[in-house]
Amino acid sequence: MDFETLKQVIVDTLSCDEDKVTMEASLAEDLGADSLDAVELNMAIEESCGVAIPDEELGNMKTVGDIFNYLQAHAE
Amino acid sequence: MIGIGRALPGRCVTNDDLSKIVDTNDAWISERTGIRRRYYCAEGESANSLIIAAAREAIGNAHIQPEKIDCVIVATVSGDYVTPSVACLLQAALGIRENIPVMDINAACAGFLYGTAAASGMLQVCGGRYALVVGGEQLSRLMDMTDRSTCVLFGDGAGAAVYERDDTTNLCVDLGSRGGLDIQIQGAGSPEPSVIQMNGNAVFRFAVGVIPSSLNAVLEKANLTMEDIDWVVCHQANARIIDHCAKKMGAPEKFYKNIDRYGNTSAASIPLALYDMYREGLLKDGQKVLAVGFGGGLTWAGALLNIHLGVTE
Repeated sequence: MDFETLKQVIVDTLSCDEDKVTMEASLAEDLGADSLDAVELNMAIEESCGVAIPDEELGNMKTVGDIFNYLQAHAE
Repeated sequence: MIGIGRALPGRCVTNDDLSKIVDTNDAWISERTGIRRRYYCAEGESANSLIIAAAREAIGNAHIQPEKIDCVIVATVSGDYVTPSVACLLQAALGIRENIPVMDINAACAGFLYGTAAASGMLQVCGGRYALVVGGEQLSRLMDMTDRSTCVLFGDGAGAAVYERDDTTNLCVDLGSRGGLDIQIQGAGSPEPSVIQMNGNAVFRFAVGVIPSSLNAVLEKANLTMEDIDWVVCHQANARIIDHCAKKMGAPEKFYKNIDRYGNTSAASIPLALYDMYREGLLKDGQKVLAVGFGGGLTWAGALLNIHLGVTE
């Protein structure tokens, strides 16, 4: 999944400002995502690119970059 | 469905009230759950008293006498006694006759629709025309008031329906279970206290997966599409679960929500929603409602309800 696609998934799921979605953006503080938002985002990512992030792994991810790097490392 | 009733206990608890007991606040609760207030039983009230009051109203609303009832099913996880069932005491309280099936069902938040399906089967097997199905809870006595992730969510209440058998069509349902402990209340006498414990993320995943699939399964069995449906009533567990599913199913305007008023009342939430819709003039004679419950078990139940309620008095 390229960054633009991930960005679009994040904007659609969290209904946040596109400009705010940067690699460094914090999911909780900058994008206002709580734990249920994270689960929704996770499901949307899985639907979009087929990679399922375990919920406990996602719990450790703080930024958009963390997710992007995980998806890069686990891409088929 | 030819009659509907409900009962709410006397003590209204707002988010601000809860913020005095646990570390939470109105904004946090309402943004994350959609809940603004809920009701707890006051002195002299209990699951049984709410369930009996709701049933009495539903029978009156159906314009039939209690002795006409041919089956009584109560869905609850919080009845006053483990035995006798709430249904048996309801039967005695309302003077419903003896030689009919009378029992409680434990299917948690899917209980009202499990009960509806069971009642339909009972009427077929045992004979009879009218079934009384009630969902009611007193969850306030099963809550850990130090756990801010769960105690803000739940409330007490009861909702009841009278169904008349329809000889022309079968009830369309989709029932299921995925056994596990993601929502649990340990039994009386357990080493741990008997309070609601929940893995919120796992339940959210379960719910948003199972709601659309169950709704679609019922539509398929009924040979209908979303266009034929007037309202969709989901168990009111969390506004965000409903919003997520409404978006996924399309037609979000058909998804009714009243969780802001009562919180999650488990088996009571679907009849409480139907009751409010009826009183608000939204639910009209001849309408079709697609309902779905999901929760502890983990159980789920979808059903198509045909509404034949009289004009609101």
